[in-house]
Amino acid sequence: MIAYFLGLPVMVQAVAKGLAVIVVLFPIAAACSMAERKVCAWIQCRPGPNRALPPLFGWIPGIGILQRLGVFHLMADGGKFLFKEEPLPDHVNKPYYVLAPVVAMVPAFTTVTVVPFGAYLGSGGAVVPLMLANVDVGILAVFAVASLGIYSLILAGWASNSKYAFLGGVRASAQLISYELSMTLAVLPVFLWVNEPGSAGSLSLARVVEFQSRPGFWGGSWFLFTMPVSALIFAVALFAETNRQPFDMPESEADLVGGFHTEYGAFKWSLFFVAEYANMIVGSAVFALLFLGGWNLLPWLPLADLLERLHHATGSALWLHPLVAGLVSVAIFAGKIFLTIFVFMWVRWTVPRFRYDQVMKLGWQKLLPLSIANLIAYTVGIYFLQQ
Amino acid sequence: MAVIPVERRSLTLVERTYFPQIMGAMKTTLKHLLGPADTMEYPEQRPAIPPGYRGVPTLVKDPHGREKCVSCQLCEFVCPPKAIRITPGSVPEGAGIDQVEKAPQAFDIDMLRCIYCGLCEEVCPEEAIFLQNQYSMSGYSRAEMVNHKDRLYELGGTLPDTHFKWDVKKAAEESAGEHH
Repeated sequence: MIAYFLGLPVMVQAVAKGLAVIVVLFPIAAACSMAERKVCAWIQCRPGPNRALPPLFGWIPGIGILQRLGVFHLMADGGKFLFKEEPLPDHVNKPYYVLAPVVAMVPAFTTVTVVPFGAYLGSGGAVVPLMLANVDVGILAVFAVASLGIYSLILAGWASNSKYAFLGGVRASAQLISYELSMTLAVLPVFLWVNEPGSAGSLSLARVVEFQSRPGFWGGSWFLFTMPVSALIFAVALFAETNRQPFDMPESEADLVGGFHTEYGAFKWSLFFVAEYANMIVGSAVFALLFLGGWNLLPWLPLADLLERLHHATGSALWLHPLVAGLVSVAIFAGKIFLTIFVFMWVRWTVPRFRYDQVMKLGWQKLLPLSIANLIAYTVGIYFLQQ
Repeated sequence: MAVIPVERRSLTLVERTYFPQIMGAMKTTLKHLLGPADTMEYPEQRPAIPPGYRGVPTLVKDPHGREKCVSCQLCEFVCPPKAIRITPGSVPEGAGIDQVEKAPQAFDIDMLRCIYCGLCEEVCPEEAIFLQNQYSMSGYSRAEMVNHKDRLYELGGTLPDTHFKWDVKKAAEESAGEHH
């Protein structure tokens, strides 16, 4: 079957791989909405959604756990969004109104192409990253494509022809542009360090993980420890970029009804929602790759070492099989992503929303100078370190 | 009133980064996240009804299984939303309550009107009507929401009686041999 797959034209292979990733990512993004509701409920000392159960399913033993976790609520919601009426208000600019959710989805799922999500041991024990396209532009492509997501918010806000949606769109664009600067500047030291003199220059995210998997004290440590300020700025900017609390100005349901998606309903609204969670997943993935060592289980314990140790401990060569190694690495990486997403949710249900002027002040007057100072400090430091 | 000067110190650098506060808040929310839920999952778990609770009004019988209501209609008159409607009738033969003159032929409480104020219970000279523990009333039609006499007795059941007012009166009447 693998031979048959490899025999297909490259284009077909690429489309199949891309579809496979989207087919996995879409339900995870949707499941995040249920996780969000459950985390919210637990933090507020409630059990959360736990009632829905399709008829006759109650006979299956153990299904009660899934019911308690609200899995069937998620399915019911999905079904509802698919089958309910698509409202198209009279006063909207129809082509752009319909286009906006699509524009939201496209960058959200496009960024995944350059994000590696695991690795396996190729011939000679070399760690080969699992990703759709291991291109050198890497992080640059993520930033470039992810920033296109703003257009969907502006389009939605403007095409809705409603003051709340418009205000939401304006806030979203201003906020996203402000925090993108700090975000990019915060990541630069990582790539300055990774691209040592004498090596071929690359902005690939897989390269960053490779760098964090090297032997030795400095090689094995994650960038979270060596660059805490960068990690902090990146995390804060990530909250702002994904429009999460405490930066959810574009939605701020208290003063803007629903923000840019006020006029949306049914499936189009759920597309915005899934795009937001897909952005969160990709953002968390990038954070995990840059600062949390990607698919390395612990600092100073790279994937290859881990598999080697498991191989020795159990005496089974199965651990070195590419498929098993791939699954282990994907599991480790997914664990990190889910942990990051949990922190996103945890913060959302803890911290109140900033005022708009506070958001701007924090972005331009605090984070931007901090990230510039951080960049200069690390540039000088890396110069002396790698001389 | 004494004027208490409050020192308003400016925030320290660490406080201005928001981080100590955010960390403290996240610790609190984590505690709640891991703690038990406060919610009572209603149909499975029922609340404990405190004594003196004013639930659905019901008619009760005395420990001998005799009807207590004498159809005086005081509750009907006192009922603020006029939810009670009584049709007085004569006492049926052999009911064991021939000492009283009347019994309700029909006794309807419209639960769509009832405001659970408990004035009927308070005004009843016979201690025949009680607001008991049932708190959930539902139905699919207006007619279903009217509790008729048989339903009221079914809901009410029998409550302990310490006075046996009519028995005492009857005994006094018999021993004295004259009208009370």
